[in-house]
Amino acid sequence: MSMNLMSGSTEIPVRVADIVQVSERVKRFRFEPVAGGSMPVFSAGAHVVVSMNIGSRRARNPYSLMGSVTDLSAYEISVLKTVDSRGGSVFLHDSVKIGDQLTVSTPVNLFPVEQRGRKFILIAGGIGITPMIAMAEQLTAQKLPFELHYAYRNDQAGAYADTLKARYGHLVHLYIDSRDERIPLDALLKNQPLGTHLYVCGPGGMINWVLESGRKAGWPEENLHSERFLAPPSGKPFSVVLERSKKTVTVGEHESILEAIEASGVEPPYLCRGGACGQCLTCVVSCDGTLEHNDHYLAPEERDGNQKIMICVSRIKGSNLVLDL
Amino acid sequence: MLVSGIKSRPVYTGLILDPHAEHHLIAVEGEGALAVLDMLSPAPRDAAEKATILYTKAGSAPVDHEGALAKLHPYRLQPLPTIQTLLIRLQGFLTTAKMGTRIYIAGTEGFIGQAMQVALNNAIDFHSVRTEHRGSLARRIQCVHCKGFTENVTMSHVPCAHCGLNLLVRDHYSRRLGAFQGVCIDAEVPGELPPAEEIFP
Ligand code: FES
Repeated sequence: MSMNLMSGSTEIPVRVADIVQVSERVKRFRFEPVAGGSMPVFSAGAHVVVSMNIGSRRARNPYSLMGSVTDLSAYEISVLKTVDSRGGSVFLHDSVKIGDQLTVSTPVNLFPVEQRGRKFILIAGGIGITPMIAMAEQLTAQKLPFELHYAYRNDQAGAYADTLKARYGHLVHLYIDSRDERIPLDALLKNQPLGTHLYVCGPGGMINWVLESGRKAGWPEENLHSERFLAPPSGKPFSVVLERSKKTVTVGEHESILEAIEASGVEPPYLCRGGACGQCLTCVVSCDGTLEHNDHYLAPEERDGNQKIMICVSRIKGSNLVLDL
Repeated sequence: MLVSGIKSRPVYTGLILDPHAEHHLIAVEGEGALAVLDMLSPAPRDAAEKATILYTKAGSAPVDHEGALAKLHPYRLQPLPTIQTLLIRLQGFLTTAKMGTRIYIAGTEGFIGQAMQVALNNAIDFHSVRTEHRGSLARRIQCVHCKGFTENVTMSHVPCAHCGLNLLVRDHYSRRLGAFQGVCIDAEVPGELPPAEEIFP
């Protein structure tokens, strides 16, 4: 089995064909295949993992694909510049130029549109708008009814608000925090035909609010969908022993366990690198401290069990972790 | 003889009230009424006040649970003469229902399958429907040869009501059809059959 197959995705070399400043802190990147031809087929809601070499470090960040599912000449992503210690988005914003080469994974969809739904409510907060752009386009092509509710901080922050409004008119509802505009969620949840599916993408607090309100309004779990990629939090360095590979690696302050393991040449499987998909679940052999679970995949009992860890986002408080890898 | 361990064999997890639902839409046949009584009797009063119950006594005739259901004081109780008329009413309600309506189905397997089909055709997710099997284990089967349906099959094999072939009743279940598969049991030597046993009483 090749390394790439193990990680469940293949890396595609791409060239940066275009970079557009969309709003104050958001840039759009267009990636064309270096080898020519077309990019692999994807469906709305899919994401790719972009790999970049930042100094001696290799960073891989997940981004939703926002382009049209019918245009495979290139992929488009939008990146919010967040000043975190890991630097992936800062690197894309400040260092990447048109013509540069990067690699992206084949697309993975953890947030697909339920094909048998009768109607679709799309709710986005801030940069969470990106998967919704692809969804709105796909739903329009399929002639399926939808409405898009998009909330953002202030007039400068609403990336794509004007484009979306121009394209979809009354189907798009905009809410600007600084003007005290709020999504009328309760009214929205009350008046939908049976078979409606809701999709939410945005900050954690917003996602929780929407999902919780949905459940309280009697929406079945099956009709509520969310996606959120966490950036792996920083923390004190510690060492990880890979029992089967017989290796010991050090996880740096701003590195995830997964990244440290990859740097040593071992490639554990992953799909989202954001604590959402469950693919990187790894068994803990022992730990001299406590596990710090940062994912939103494990059930509470599994977290407390201390036998499993999602190595893309979680860490330990302690000095040594032994993994079954 | 029965081919078991087949994944498509449906699992009915029981009627569990969704406390957040704005409305409960309950399709019930025969002994399924007992499952509805078990769910709603101990529940807070407003649960029944939000319930629409579509009931046909079909399988449990001559026992009629209508009186017992009426004592729950549901928002609406509609007794219907047959499964077919109930399914048509169900379709009517689903056409105009809003999100926040929780669907429940209770009764024999054949009934659950047919009511579920109506729900699926209305874009409702299979897993969001709460179901409970009560009453006879009788199966609704589809002949894989002529595609005709035979209802209320309690025996391990049965002649197809349409083409007459002797059918082995399998565990293979189609959600789309709401029926189990029946396959010719004596294809090699027609008429050479093991004794039929009543296995779905
Ligand atoms: S890779 Fe998806 S949860 Fe870790």
